[in-house]
Amino acid sequence: MAGVTVSEVSRRFGAHKALDNVSIDFADGGFYALLGPSGSGKTTLLRQIAGFDFPDSGRISIGGESVERVPVEKRRIGMVFQNYALFPNMSVADNVAFGLSVRGEAKAVIATEVQRALDLVQLGKLGGRRPHQLSGGQRQRVALARAIVTKPRVLLLDEPLGALDKALRVDMQIELKRIQREIGITTIFVTHDQEEALTMSDRIGILRDGRLVQEGPPEEIYDRPKSEFAATFLGDANIFRGDATANGIRLPDGTAIAAGVGDRLAAGAKASCAVRPERIQIATDAGATDGDANVLRGQVSKRIFAGNNSTYFVDRAGQTLKVIVQNTGLDRLAEGQDVVLRWSPESTVLIAAAG
Amino acid sequence: MATTRILEGLGRLYVFMLLAFLYLPIIIMALMSFNASPFYQLPFEWTVDWYQSLWQNGQLISATWNSLEIAVITTIISVVLGTAASLALYRYEFRGKKLLQALLFPPIAIPWLITGTAMLIFFFGVGIGRGLFAILLGHVALALPYVIVVVSARLQTFAPELEEAARSLGANQWQVTARVTLPWIMPGVIAGGLFAFAVSFDQFVVSYFLSTPGQTTLPVEIYAAIRKGFTPEINAVSTIIIVVSMALMLLTARFFKFGGEK
Repeated sequence: MAGVTVSEVSRRFGAHKALDNVSIDFADGGFYALLGPSGSGKTTLLRQIAGFDFPDSGRISIGGESVERVPVEKRRIGMVFQNYALFPNMSVADNVAFGLSVRGEAKAVIATEVQRALDLVQLGKLGGRRPHQLSGGQRQRVALARAIVTKPRVLLLDEPLGALDKALRVDMQIELKRIQREIGITTIFVTHDQEEALTMSDRIGILRDGRLVQEGPPEEIYDRPKSEFAATFLGDANIFRGDATANGIRLPDGTAIAAGVGDRLAAGAKASCAVRPERIQIATDAGATDGDANVLRGQVSKRIFAGNNSTYFVDRAGQTLKVIVQNTGLDRLAEGQDVVLRWSPESTVLIAAAG
Repeated sequence: MATTRILEGLGRLYVFMLLAFLYLPIIIMALMSFNASPFYQLPFEWTVDWYQSLWQNGQLISATWNSLEIAVITTIISVVLGTAASLALYRYEFRGKKLLQALLFPPIAIPWLITGTAMLIFFFGVGIGRGLFAILLGHVALALPYVIVVVSARLQTFAPELEEAARSLGANQWQVTARVTLPWIMPGVIAGGLFAFAVSFDQFVVSYFLSTPGQTTLPVEIYAAIRKGFTPEINAVSTIIIVVSMALMLLTARFFKFGGEK
């Protein structure tokens, strides 16, 4: 087991900067998600850590040992591929045994370790099957057993749940997390699915165009996004753009929005405020006015009923705001109704304009 | 219903005619090798004389051994070189790769007569001259493109992540190739080997150019024998070859599915 450190790693493919000066610390035993849209460099970064490709500049170390020029077969890592990459000519047990076998372990040792790994992924009885006789979820488990049986220093997962259907995905998320806790292995997980990143990982790194946009625990990134991209890529957010004031921003129409979270900015600088849709209260009248709450008036343009919650789209000064309300009672607002939106400054994150 | 039956009947007739077209000459030849008359006269009189006299025909027997030896060695060399070349073309990017790949196909289309002439001139030029060694070199050169084409086609169905997965588990290049890549492309390698064997064993034109009276192969020897005067011994040796090579083909088809993974 070991932590992984990536410092100032850059990689170009022709004119394309796949990774641009990326630095991240992956703590020993942590579960880390690399999140980003396709082409953001998350898979390139994973392949650099694995050793399939070497960085143009920068350093990578695993357990304190410098590895940026060490090929993959000498790095002692475990990897699960997007399409599982099980060896079709071998049985399940032989697939799992492969890593121990190329290392020249004794047959008896291999048999014991393979059985233990298959038991861990709850496939103890399927060792004799061929990969093509297994379901997608079972193949996934075999790939995982094969990757961890060699006791690697770090486990790398490249969109491992991408090929599974929704229900199986949720099962596998729980399963993967259980196995990771049980063996305590440092795990780096590449995904474009924000929900997966939020529910599974201890820390998330968001990548965009080869750069690390933000990095931290899921709650921190969700509650205090540092850019509009982070705010809208991880979860949903209403974005207001205007000029910074002493305690928030002023919109072009003069409305002031107070922000209780985020960086203080010089007055007059271009800035944005991000508000999560579920933090906004929606009502038909102004009600009791709480001194410093942000209040906006608007009109419901659309309502989407989703059982446990409803999403309202509210038009206000040429902007459509999104509000999500838990359906705790039977009160529903109609489309076309005038409404008052209210949310606290603590739910408002001030973000410097991208520049 | 009636139309279906007629069509079915026509289909069967077609298959029967096709097989007859393919096999009738061979069957007649095989039968004549057991006929007593040296001039193919009927009525049919059973004999194995021609097979016995075959054993006394030293030239024919030595030419048969030459052919077998050359075909086996050609197969081994061209399979090893061809598979290695296919893997290199598959795995690596290098200068002139496209050109090299493009140049692999034309030799298959160039008439053997021309290839043979060119080889004869070249081998004299470099001092190899004619003989069994020259024939072997010529056959390897003819067979190699076939092996590369067949093995490369099979490699196109190989998932590159399998090699990556094997490497991530600590396997070195040799282990990756021997335990993951080769098992996958084996049907292609076997098919390529059969092609190589057939190209060499059936080869007449190039062998004819490169052989000398003492050092020759079976097809060239048969041709020479026919020019001197046809004897049913030729039928006998041909029958043996057909039986052996058909058995080989059927065995291979039984153990390997050429179509790929089920």
